[in-house]
Amino acid sequence: MSVRITLRDKEFTIRPGMTVRDALKQVGIQPESVIPTRDGEAITDDEILRDGEHIRLIAVISGG
Amino acid sequence: MKCRKCGEKAVINMRQHKLALCRTHYLDWIPEQTQRFIEKYQMFGKDARIIVAVSGGKDSLALWDVLHRLGYQTTGLYIGLGINGDTDYSAKSQYLSESFAVENELELILVDVAEEAGATIPEASKLTQRGKGKPCSVCGLTKRYVMNRVAQERGYDVLVTGHNLDDEVAVLFGNTITWAVGYLARQGPVLEETSDGLIRKAKPFCRFYERETAAYALLRGIEYIYAECPYAEGATSIYYKELLNQIEDGRPGMKLSFYLSFLRAKNSGLFDQESTIAKSKLVKCRTCGQPTTAPDQCAYCRTWDAVRSRRDVA
Repeated sequence: MSVRITLRDKEFTIRPGMTVRDALKQVGIQPESVIPTRDGEAITDDEILRDGEHIRLIAVISGG
Repeated sequence: MKCRKCGEKAVINMRQHKLALCRTHYLDWIPEQTQRFIEKYQMFGKDARIIVAVSGGKDSLALWDVLHRLGYQTTGLYIGLGINGDTDYSAKSQYLSESFAVENELELILVDVAEEAGATIPEASKLTQRGKGKPCSVCGLTKRYVMNRVAQERGYDVLVTGHNLDDEVAVLFGNTITWAVGYLARQGPVLEETSDGLIRKAKPFCRFYERETAAYALLRGIEYIYAECPYAEGATSIYYKELLNQIEDGRPGMKLSFYLSFLRAKNSGLFDQESTIAKSKLVKCRTCGQPTTAPDQCAYCRTWDAVRSRRDVA
């Protein structure tokens, strides 16, 4: 029972059943700094994580 | 979460506005708001000749797309910096900018720094004291110079950039904690043109959070350079953005409020004295004729003359 969350070259494994927002906080990612996607579609961070799925996070912070 | 306008599944929730939208309504909302900001800050009219600074990143390509959808006359300006390394950063950015222009039948002006000035940005940074070995200072200086000169020489009315609210608030934060009042006086959605050669500049995305411009690019299917500039790692601006996002997380709307409160303070005259001082100091560079606050040569000419002379000696 797990969900895979990826951000660039980082990967996290999370248990299903919690919201995307709670999962992000658990792994130390600011929800404001990413867009979560499921099957290539953007989703809001109140979505509940489902067993076996992959959530790809799009990083939004750029600068220099 | 459901779209506030139609009840369909939302794809984005903007906590600072208490507004969740579906894909269709979000892709309408961004151009509507952009038009509202253009009018509110009197950036430019429908007949203006607009040059858009395009980097191949999400903000500038999204901005170009929105202005095009709104019916403005736009030309892109891409500046080739010669930053390649492991990720082919500049080559990919240029390709994506050119592809966008071709797909949308828009004109794109290309300026290659190495062809124009004699070295790439990474090469130049090794040959100058400016930036102490990091290319960001030379890069920023060169881009600002080229953008102003090209826009002016080709007779554009306004230069627009894709700066978003997170960019603006990071700069504002940095200038506030050091009380850099001269810089604070010059920050805003519009920088007016000056009689001595500074082109009018506008930032139509200045009130959108970075997450919103990225979501727009993603939902519109705009291909942009996702890789970060290899020199951006450890940049102060990114550190400030992360700090500000931590505050935003607990206090939704704080970033927007910080920026709007600053604009109100500025409009009430808080920085008028510094603004007048900065304008009165501008003179023409003896080498290129572009405006500068330096008494003789502008920073661009000084820096690049030094780069070329050191390169020739080496």
